[in-house]
Amino acid sequence: MMVDVQKMEQFAENLAAQEEVKGRSLLADARRRFFHNKAAVVSLIVLSLVVVFSVFGRTIAVWSNEEIDWGILGQIAELGAPNIENGHFFGADQLGRDLYSRVIQGTQVSLMVGVVGALIAVIVGTLYGAIAGYTGGKVDNVMMRFVDIIQSIPYMFVLILLLVVFGRSLFMLFVGIGLISWLDMSRIARGQTLSLKNKEFVEAAIATGVKPLTIILRHIVPNLLGVVVVYATLLVPQMILTESFISFLGLGVQEPNTSWGALINEGAGNMQYGTLWQLVFPMFFFIITLFSFFFIGDGLRDALDPKER
Amino acid sequence: MSKSEPILSVRDMRVEFQIKKQNALPWHKPDILRAVKGVSFDLAEGETLGIVGESGCGKSTLARAIIRMIPAQAGEVIWQGRDLMKMNPKELLGIRKEIQMIFQDPLASLNPRLTAGQIIAEPLKTHFPKTSKDETKKRVRELMEKVGLSARMINRYPHEFSGGQCQRIGIARALITNPKMIICDEPVSALDVSVQAQVVNLLMDLQKELGLSLLFIAHDLSVVKHISNRIMVLEFGDIAELGDAHDVIHNPQSPYTRELINAVPTPDPIVERQRIAERRALAAGT
Repeated sequence: MMVDVQKMEQFAENLAAQEEVKGRSLLADARRRFFHNKAAVVSLIVLSLVVVFSVFGRTIAVWSNEEIDWGILGQIAELGAPNIENGHFFGADQLGRDLYSRVIQGTQVSLMVGVVGALIAVIVGTLYGAIAGYTGGKVDNVMMRFVDIIQSIPYMFVLILLLVVFGRSLFMLFVGIGLISWLDMSRIARGQTLSLKNKEFVEAAIATGVKPLTIILRHIVPNLLGVVVVYATLLVPQMILTESFISFLGLGVQEPNTSWGALINEGAGNMQYGTLWQLVFPMFFFIITLFSFFFIGDGLRDALDPKER
Repeated sequence: MSKSEPILSVRDMRVEFQIKKQNALPWHKPDILRAVKGVSFDLAEGETLGIVGESGCGKSTLARAIIRMIPAQAGEVIWQGRDLMKMNPKELLGIRKEIQMIFQDPLASLNPRLTAGQIIAEPLKTHFPKTSKDETKKRVRELMEKVGLSARMINRYPHEFSGGQCQRIGIARALITNPKMIICDEPVSALDVSVQAQVVNLLMDLQKELGLSLLFIAHDLSVVKHISNRIMVLEFGDIAELGDAHDVIHNPQSPYTRELINAVPTPDPIVERQRIAERRALAAGT
């Protein structure tokens, strides 16, 4: 009995000490809704597995991505098939390199391109759009016409030109993708800002005398986040696709570096020799990653939908 | 009510909006909407001036023009001897902490991504950036208690509060910089009747305690009558009547005011029917 009384006293003390009620933010609400969405959660798990594979996959690799297996060179169709015994888990490519290591390398590059492209879009596009939308008037007009002009130039042409003129490098690819990726985002952010800036909480901030930049960063941008996050998750696969297309054309990343697009290109070229695994493995990772991103994007959109509060 | 210098006097305030017609060509002159047509009034220290009028008559526009949230075409706003209209942005910032505002929609006037504490602290952060975190928190808690919210709610988000509570947060935010005047833009219109009374009484208590001047905008005469010392009736941007609250309600001089008073619904059906008949007679007479 003594113990019980003590416990009760402690409990009462805890209650008294627990002064501040913790609030449930909109994001916490959204997180709860997101984790109730099965497709989105499965996609998140799959995507995490892909990321884990790309980071830690090397540790169980028998061959590095640069070594050439001289023993099977020239007989790839017969000896290069996926095989656990000789260490080529995903088989070997036409030059006798281990496809397992190559796919890991390609996954790293493709994911990086996607994430970096989306990040540039999110940061530059959101700020640009929010500033244009909030300032309004002539500034808005000039800023958005600038976006119009850049967008009216065929980006694939610019990208190819960039890669040809400055040489094919990963850095140039990032620059090229970064140049175009933020345009759509800035339009979306501006549109949302226009509807946000007439809300009373922004008016209240103006009436209080909060500085415009603070209003944008504190009141506008956090409220754009829902739309921006959803668009960003849909942008990542789009960036990966763009990079794959460029690499498929033979521009993009340069040997010995590789990406999913380059691997798929190689695999497709060698299909006729009966080495189907060279196409199937990169394609498999490519497809599950894109699917995951799309489902996560869908899940986020449903979770963050402000109408369903 | 003190008979000394008015804390705020507005002289011949005019606000115009340009309205572009749809499909208009660029060289066509836009239409001009005169939202406020030369309004003048004084507000004494500790006084409440109620502004009434039907929707679209320029009440909110007038209020926003006074604190320069929208540009006015002409007029003077003398705030403690200085003209607000001629101030540069830096001087204006100093005034912003003395004149605060409460808004109509309680939920929409609070940023949904910030906690109640952060919202209330914002004016303090803007005007006194050097206030320490503990000091800020202390002030916020103090004010929350003052407006009738539990200080335990400091970490809650706006959507977790009821309409009346949200409006209390709005009031706390307006009070944190110790303002001399508060502009209340229809602060109770979006609340239900019982909560309206609570919020109005809270405002009156705070006014008495802190000696605030209030500019109280509403379209509901019964609320305005309750809180105001004087009432200004606006009719399409013009002053229809300006006078002592009791006089305006019980002895209205302008026909517009009479119509407004008659438009206040009564819960008694028999009285209501009588008044409808009266109103018809009045309309037939004019």
